[in-house]
Amino acid sequence: MKVSESPSAGALSAWRRVERCFDRAFGAGSNPLRQLGALAFLAIWLLALSGIWLYAVFDTSVSGAYDSIVRMSRAPWSPGGLMRSLHRYATDAFVLFTALHLLREALHGRWRHFRRYSWLTGVALLPLVAVSAIGGFWLNWDRLGQFSAIATAEWLDALPLLANPLARNFLGSASVSDRLFSLFVFVHIGVPLLLLFGLWFHIQRITRAAVFPPRTLAIGTSAALLALAVAAPVASQGPADLTRIPTPLALDWLVLFVHPLMYATSAGFTWVLTLGTFGALLALPFLPAAVPRLGGSAARAPVAVVDPANCNGCRRCFADCPFAAITMVPHPDRRVGRELAQVHPDLCASCGICAGACPSSTPFRSTAALVTGIDMPQLPVGTLRRRLQSGLETMRGARPIVVFGCAQGADARCLTAPDVLVLPLICTGQLAPSFVEYALRDGAAGVLVASCRDGGCAFRLGARWTAERLAGTRAPQLRASVPRAKVDLVQADAEEEAVLEAAVASMRERLSKINDFSGPTSKMHHG
Amino acid sequence: MAESLKSPAAGGPRGLRAWVGQTVLYGLFALAVGVFSHWPPYRHLAADLALIKLSLVHTGKPVGDCRPLTPEELAKLPPNMRAPVQCPRERSPVTVELDIDGAPVVRAEAAPSGLARDGASAIYRRIPVRAGDRQISVRLRDDVRSEGFAYRLERRVHLAPAQVLVIDFDTEKGGITLQ
Ligand code: SF4
Ligand code: SF4
Repeated sequence: MKVSESPSAGALSAWRRVERCFDRAFGAGSNPLRQLGALAFLAIWLLALSGIWLYAVFDTSVSGAYDSIVRMSRAPWSPGGLMRSLHRYATDAFVLFTALHLLREALHGRWRHFRRYSWLTGVALLPLVAVSAIGGFWLNWDRLGQFSAIATAEWLDALPLLANPLARNFLGSASVSDRLFSLFVFVHIGVPLLLLFGLWFHIQRITRAAVFPPRTLAIGTSAALLALAVAAPVASQGPADLTRIPTPLALDWLVLFVHPLMYATSAGFTWVLTLGTFGALLALPFLPAAVPRLGGSAARAPVAVVDPANCNGCRRCFADCPFAAITMVPHPDRRVGRELAQVHPDLCASCGICAGACPSSTPFRSTAALVTGIDMPQLPVGTLRRRLQSGLETMRGARPIVVFGCAQGADARCLTAPDVLVLPLICTGQLAPSFVEYALRDGAAGVLVASCRDGGCAFRLGARWTAERLAGTRAPQLRASVPRAKVDLVQADAEEEAVLEAAVASMRERLSKINDFSGPTSKMHHG
Repeated sequence: MAESLKSPAAGGPRGLRAWVGQTVLYGLFALAVGVFSHWPPYRHLAADLALIKLSLVHTGKPVGDCRPLTPEELAKLPPNMRAPVQCPRERSPVTVELDIDGAPVVRAEAAPSGLARDGASAIYRRIPVRAGDRQISVRLRDDVRSEGFAYRLERRVHLAPAQVLVIDFDTEKGGITLQ
């Protein structure tokens, strides 16, 4: 179930290496490389804040715009100056975060099936990002704004859209009218608002979308941008003068790179390149799956299936599903007020997190065939219980360890010792915590639950729910009576098999020290 | 490396090394943003060049002469459309030639816009030239019915480095203009 070998798999592996370096400094949960979407949102909030400030003092006429901005930022460390610099640097950060977010999702092949909607809505917003970011430079109406506005006009003129070249608006100062400038202002306020509206669609199909990064990361990133604004205040580069080519220019390469690209090649080439890239990104979800993707094959994994007889309508699966694939409908048993979970096959990621959430998934139920309320046909909880039982029966070693591993994270199958029983899950979130207790009662000396790191879960919330369920802060909980010394949670992403091995070794050592002569207890029914 | 079961997700790594690591990475982030938002400087035009923008929008003359309709032709038309003279809607393409110091630089013919080819023709060219004294000659033809160029302009200009010289067309100002 791993991403198959290919150039993109190599790139993904390289990305993960960098991500692990960042883990060491930030911790996985606050690792900026795992929070790129949330960081892009943070940049938007900073942009909105500084933008409102700037708009309050901005003179929206051609003749007044430049002076109003220069006046505001004359003292570089004045609030106006800081806001101006912050607005620029937050733009750069926004573009950077967005590009890296796209790259990361692409490296993971997240464009197909249940990800298609988020992928397409995200890609569709890229032009709005470009217009919002580039358009802001024009408002300064300094030499940089002049260069960017003319370059943009000349670029648009390469399309057979208008009979009258747009670039003629910039032949002389007389041709730049207040009306044109009002259009700039409108573009720079209207398009970002449209972008924000589009982002709302972009995060529709995921629950608990991170529209704000973890607090420490938010503070750190904002502080870094503010420090940059203080250390290198942004200054205007002289008023626009249409009788002269502004050169040399201190160019913002992170945003305006497209202009030098056009002048170095041609407007036509730049259009082919940008539209081609845009089209290819939009087409990805519809291409035959020669490209490796999450799960390795184009065939779609079976989606979750609800068994009405075992669903009491408790809504836990509904609350835990990371992709909003479950809705609650009236239960067919017609008892008043009772609900039934219903899975939308198109939205379902086949992660099994719902099965881990369902109270009916407990292996302590005495039914011969364990059937739960919501389950994965490819690995039902009944099968998991059978594998656990038969595995423990054949276990050798004085202190058998059961490892519940994740098929998306570090490969637990690397643990081949005779005292270790490995049970891979689709996602560790599929594990009902009662299985941990069941394993301990059925002969395991210790249980190791291996999930991906925070922010590393292929299904977004599996690692988080697992941690919270085991810590007893989220239903279904691991019961308080379960001896914590015999249970470990280890977080290890794909390619971090060494972390698993170390965790097993440390558990083995700890178990050997536990003076426990009680032996395996008999199975009991779960209350 | 196993996280504690009680608080597997709480906080990040602590200690001096994590602090140093974070400070370095935040610093690198700010540095990258700070540097590439200003640097390297971009030279849009080499230091010794000026730019000529040949840009005009002009509606050419009709492609044919107006002619009176014969009484038979008039009779075929609906009564409200019986104009005695009929003029073709289609416009001539606009042809422009630009020579700098006697050397041909632009030879352009712009077709009239619009489905009925009755709109204006537009030309927009950027021509970087060496700064200094230049002899500019521009010719424009806007009528297919006549030979030669109806509009001409010959001028010696001095172009400073990075200067923009706009060659435009304005009938009210007598045709080809330099600004
Ligand atoms: S498997 Fe369950 S939790 Fe996962 S997406 Fe499908 S319905 Fe949601
Ligand atoms: S968690 Fe189980 S019982 Fe609860 S609503 Fe979902 S399927 Fe039904």
